[in-house]
Amino acid sequence: MTALVIAEHDNASIKVATNNTITAAAKCGGEVHVLVAGHNCKAAADAAAQIAGVTKVLLADAPQFADGLAENIAAQIVALAGAYSHILAPATAAGKNYLPRVAAVLDVQQVSEIVSVESPDTFVRPIYAGNALATVQSSDAKKVITVRTTGFDAAPSTGGSAAVESVTAAPDAGLSSFIGREVAKSERPELTAARIIVSGGRGMGSGENFKILEPLADKLGAAMGASRAAVDAGFVPNDWQVGQTGKIVAPQLYIAVGISGAIQHLAGMKDSKTIVAINKDPEAPIFSVADYGIVGDLFTIVPELVKELG
Amino acid sequence: MKILVPVKRVVDYNVKVRVKADQTGVETANVKMSMNPFDEIAVEEAVRLKEAGIATEVIAVSCGLLSCQETLRTALAIGADRAILVETDVELQPLAVAKLLAAVFKKESPDLVILGKQAIDDDSNQTGQMLGALLGRPQATFASKVVIEGGAAQVTREVDGGLETIKITLPAIVTTDLRLNEPRYVTLPNIMKAKKKPLENVKPADLGVDVTPRLKTLKVTEPPKRSAGVKVPDVATLVAKLKNEAKVI
Repeated sequence: MTALVIAEHDNASIKVATNNTITAAAKCGGEVHVLVAGHNCKAAADAAAQIAGVTKVLLADAPQFADGLAENIAAQIVALAGAYSHILAPATAAGKNYLPRVAAVLDVQQVSEIVSVESPDTFVRPIYAGNALATVQSSDAKKVITVRTTGFDAAPSTGGSAAVESVTAAPDAGLSSFIGREVAKSERPELTAARIIVSGGRGMGSGENFKILEPLADKLGAAMGASRAAVDAGFVPNDWQVGQTGKIVAPQLYIAVGISGAIQHLAGMKDSKTIVAINKDPEAPIFSVADYGIVGDLFTIVPELVKELG
Repeated sequence: MKILVPVKRVVDYNVKVRVKADQTGVETANVKMSMNPFDEIAVEEAVRLKEAGIATEVIAVSCGLLSCQETLRTALAIGADRAILVETDVELQPLAVAKLLAAVFKKESPDLVILGKQAIDDDSNQTGQMLGALLGRPQATFASKVVIEGGAAQVTREVDGGLETIKITLPAIVTTDLRLNEPRYVTLPNIMKAKKKPLENVKPADLGVDVTPRLKTLKVTEPPKRSAGVKVPDVATLVAKLKNEAKVI
């Protein structure tokens, strides 16, 4: 029994979502191999080989994998699938995009966004926006799984010494092509990898007002997020969105500013270790999940907080 | 250009779901059901393409119980031309739905399939991608903008950290994200008109598809509850607690 983890990477380094997925794969009971499919991605493969618990790294390096087109990545995984009992990818935008194609070709019913491995064929996954947890058992010979990264600790990035083996690249399917990417540039950590997140909601009032959160985020080395209400109001871009329809996060500290706490938002952040809520409405639902709440005007409290942090 | 729009009937997004006491699932008896919101965006997009003169016909399809007819009538009221129900009372999982849709695709030969990126009940996020793979056709998931030109679709996708744009050769599969459009309200005249539009009923066996579930649900439970903490009087107390009690800063 061996599991294959599909690495999330930028061709130069491995993203931490891969490490969480490796932990989930190890719980499936066998060896863990990692596939790095990209272009000029040897550095990423070498980094994957250092991750604790990985026994082999497969490197598929070809131009058709440069931009992560689902058709091409899926074809590569299918070509390697024969040797594996479990195929796992992080439930990121990329993993969710290509993995169901793999499952369909293998005639397997994928298990999406698992948060726990009960046994090699039984997994727990949230349904209804996290309002219920389903324990499901797969009857397929192979298991194809996406992993909700907040459900598993990250495997240490060092301590392993796996061999890196080049594999024959699956050909370009020729059905899709990459045009371009608009990546929001930021000095701050990524939302899903951040230790601390400062999030703003509709209570911020405008996109301009989000600036008052910046000194706080700077002071704490935090990522910045937002509720769907703030995104829908056009205050900030959609990729800031924390919630069932955005990113699922579980940082050490989540500071919710001017966020009322709609169910869909709570589904995205309720696994945070410590939650702080700042809101002028003492009845806001966010206080029912917050470890520490402070009732008052965010425009007074946030600057005070920055000052108090020194 | 012909567009196929798969739609799913789900518990309405405003309903707070309750887990059944016997842990077999969530309560769906006497609960308001609606079209999956992401599928509603898909129907809207298809109808707009028809209104723009790009599409010639919009076909809605749903798989499941006879009651899915209501959901199809909603799609027809938004502006779909006709509907197909693949009727079964077997619990359908995404792979089975993708196989049923692939069979319908082969009968109808659409140029484009638009559907929601995920259903808000099982949150699987699989059907569109599986359909693409079964048909050997390309996909653009999590779409926030779709432009059809010369036998291809240029699609802007919502990905981690921003947006990306890809071009896919038609026939292709597009799955919708929230910001693709804002679905219209259906008007009473259109609801009345929808009642007269054709709705075909087929069975999985007619399509030669085995829909036996592959995943067995052993139990459904409530997530662990997070208890409310304390309200602190001022910022100084908050910082002290974060430092000394929670030890997170």
